[in-house]
Amino acid sequence: MNHLNEEQLVLYYYGEEGVAPDAAEHLETCGACREAFAALERVLRTADGFSVPQPAEDFGAQVWERVAPRLAGRRVVTMAPVWRWAAAAAVLLAALLAGRFYPAPQPARTAVAADPQAGERLLRMAVGDYLDRSQMVLAEVANANPRQPFDISFEQERAADLVAESRLYRQTALRTGDATVAGLLDDVDRVMLEITHSPARLTPLELEKMRERWDSDGILFKIRVLGANVRAQQAAAASASGNTRKS
Amino acid sequence: MERHSRALFRLAYRMTENAQDAEDVVQESFLRAYRQLDRFDERASFGTWIYRIATNCSLDLVRVRKRRNQAPVAPDQPGDTVPELPSLDPSPERIALSGEVRQRLAAAMSQLSETERAAFVLRHYEGLRLEEIGHVLECQPGAAKHSVFRAVQKLRRSLEPIVSPVR
Repeated sequence: MNHLNEEQLVLYYYGEEGVAPDAAEHLETCGACREAFAALERVLRTADGFSVPQPAEDFGAQVWERVAPRLAGRRVVTMAPVWRWAAAAAVLLAALLAGRFYPAPQPARTAVAADPQAGERLLRMAVGDYLDRSQMVLAEVANANPRQPFDISFEQERAADLVAESRLYRQTALRTGDATVAGLLDDVDRVMLEITHSPARLTPLELEKMRERWDSDGILFKIRVLGANVRAQQAAAASASGNTRKS
Repeated sequence: MERHSRALFRLAYRMTENAQDAEDVVQESFLRAYRQLDRFDERASFGTWIYRIATNCSLDLVRVRKRRNQAPVAPDQPGDTVPELPSLDPSPERIALSGEVRQRLAAAMSQLSETERAAFVLRHYEGLRLEEIGHVLECQPGAAKHSVFRAVQKLRRSLEPIVSPVR
């Protein structure tokens, strides 16, 4: 075999593909290449010393605290304009009220029909609450001790409830043309289904794989973003409604 | 988010060499991610996507700084960027070299082009594969490989004379 060139040595150091399959063997037998590789290792190990200060334990939370207020008013993951949600909210709320959330659907349905803005407010609250609870379920699993098996039966029950609930929100989002929101709700749903259908007792490996998938999907970030949007809209609506009452 | 935040901080710090700048980059990255969430391709990894955003934020900051001809806002604690010499041989001579090595490493890193630095940081410190680096830097894996290779060559030129074993 020919000597390894500099590029091959770098690729070999990083365990990248594209190095001759017998490179390791060659390095064992070829003094010149071994010396060249050792020189490379010395340089790159020196570069390892470029250390980074450790951010605080709760750095992620701190970042989110600073970012969240700035999300308000930026409507990129937009929920549909108020009038469209209001119309859909009336339908959705009627469905919600007919379900297990409130015992007396009939009078409320009338109230919603008479006041679509109230329906929209309730819808936002319901979606906000749904997102908060989804986030809690994910956080419970994500923060579990990675070295021990974890019993998720309690989270599974909550996830199953959330799956049943989300269908209405998704339908509403689709009806109002909010494909992005519907897509995000779909993502949340998929994760909740994954939890529901997992074994009740997760091994550390299963737990880690699950977390990796969530990380890769950025699901917690998306939930937070959508939650922040909903809360911003709630605040804006509350402020607008306060102004209307004053005038 | 905790995991992503820390990873982004590390990346941004190594790009900007300043903790405050790195924190700003992390925040700005999440804001940009939020603004661009519609464009997130579900088939891609969220981690790679947000790395791309953070790399671009870091590069933006470095470019602005360059245009203004500024060094990093405030040099961080001396210990923050002190490279620890390979532990094989902690002789007094080598320990005495540490200050020089630190300076050489900083100088060598600053000689890298923006792309080389980003590619090297992503490969060497963050452990991304060349293909992933290509996604982050929006280039072909071959171009990513070339950038890493060029960065390593430059570092070798600067550091080899001082880390070579004394014969």
